[in-house]
Amino acid sequence: MFDLLGVSPQVLFGQLLLGLINGSFYALLSLGLAVIFGMLNVINFAHGALYMVGAFVAWLLLNYLGLGYWWALFLAPTVVGLVGMALEKTMLSRLYKLDHLYGLLLTFGLALILEGAFRHQYGVSGQPYPIPDLLKGGQNLGFMFLPNYRGWVVAASLIVCFGTWFAIERTRLGAYLRAATENPVLVQAFGINVPVMVSLTYAFGVALAGLAGVLAAPIYQVSPLMGSNLIIIVFAVVVIGGMGSILGAIVTGLGLGLMEGLTKVVYPEASNIVVFVVMAIVLLIKPAGLFGRER
Amino acid sequence: MPDGSITTTAMLEISDLHGFYGESHVLHGVSLEVRQGEVVTLLGRNGAGKTSTMRAIMGIMGKRTGSIRFQGQELIGMAQHKIPRLGIGYVPEERGIFSSLSVDENLTLPPVIKEGGMTVEQIYDLFPNLKGRGSTQGTRLSGGEQQMLAIARILRTGANLILLDEPTEGLAPVIIEQIGVAVRALKQRGFTIVLVEQNFRFAATIADRHYVMEEGHVVDMIPNDQLDANMDKLHTYLGV
Repeated sequence: MFDLLGVSPQVLFGQLLLGLINGSFYALLSLGLAVIFGMLNVINFAHGALYMVGAFVAWLLLNYLGLGYWWALFLAPTVVGLVGMALEKTMLSRLYKLDHLYGLLLTFGLALILEGAFRHQYGVSGQPYPIPDLLKGGQNLGFMFLPNYRGWVVAASLIVCFGTWFAIERTRLGAYLRAATENPVLVQAFGINVPVMVSLTYAFGVALAGLAGVLAAPIYQVSPLMGSNLIIIVFAVVVIGGMGSILGAIVTGLGLGLMEGLTKVVYPEASNIVVFVVMAIVLLIKPAGLFGRER
Repeated sequence: MPDGSITTTAMLEISDLHGFYGESHVLHGVSLEVRQGEVVTLLGRNGAGKTSTMRAIMGIMGKRTGSIRFQGQELIGMAQHKIPRLGIGYVPEERGIFSSLSVDENLTLPPVIKEGGMTVEQIYDLFPNLKGRGSTQGTRLSGGEQQMLAIARILRTGANLILLDEPTEGLAPVIIEQIGVAVRALKQRGFTIVLVEQNFRFAATIADRHYVMEEGHVVDMIPNDQLDANMDKLHTYLGV
């Protein structure tokens, strides 16, 4: 047995795995925020609430319709995406000509309403959600024990994140998105229906949050406050990665999750603030964020 | 491909067009027509309403009244993204090359709206400077190359009316010469072109007719072959 800094490898790798899992959620959520901010210029404060809605949709599907995890994995993001599209069409789309602050205030209000409604209905104590049978158990990797479900969450999140990155940076549809982010008027003048693209982008961004909610349900409890606990850190991730940067959101999300895990091993008292300390340092040195471009 | 024959029916017909940006009234009754296969310029001083006329055609303007008919269809009131799909390609004054897209991505961005657009090979023949630059970031090109790219990308789409806003602005004389060659080649291919120009010496080498704008409306129309005879008048209009 070898020891690192007086820490047993089990503890170290256990915390790193925990960090990687948190990082997977940070990455999925900040990716959605980055996509939305890039296209809509809206700081979507409702993101955490929609992540919570994703988890609740999974829970409701299971308890009222008997539809299990694999159904939820597909249905919950769809429901959240449709809710997002309705919000965008009826409310957000009226704010694009105004200052960013209005979009932030509206989505913050929406988050409070959503959380309040679920809290009123289900209380704050959290509902358990079972791990699907297929992913029960775990693997002994020699240096640590890896629960199957946690491995799946990390893998699924990485696939979705890099799939999204590829779609945006390397495909034709992504080229429309990037171009419309830069100059929507001109893209419209080429005959592309930009308002529809904007709605779909918002729907996709919040669907990612819904998906993260389903993935999180068996790990954390399904609770109305699960989103607000997470969203502040996720905003810090977006700021560190650079507002609107896709790759920045993914890499920073995973990196900060790992860093948090590592801090828990080395100096547990600091683990809650390490993200914000990193944010302060990054903002001092590179105000546009690690991957951001100065505008 | 436009068939190259010049007919006498108006392809674009603008009458009594008024345009507004918010509260400010920028177009005051513009009337003009462009026939198929023609190259027509809009001349005038800064602020005369040339660019605004183009933006009004594309629907990039708050409020418009009057009439803009393209091949018989009224454009006022039409959804903005449907206007280019009728076959109108727009090259804005600021060129609008996307910095987050490569040259190739910029070139292939505008969707093909009709059959008969030029192929990428034909476009490279027209603008050899763009060849082999495909993976370069769009805004890394020189100003002249960006202008060529801005024109090139709408030639693929099958649009038969092209709105060119100040394609020579800020470019060196040799590059202006190249752009002129390209615009003449496009005319030969049968494209109909509306050109906004400050540089009427350049305009005179390619246009069939010139509309002179002042204070948001058209004050005169001069056929290119009568340009010399009207030089004094034109100098007064343009203040050169």
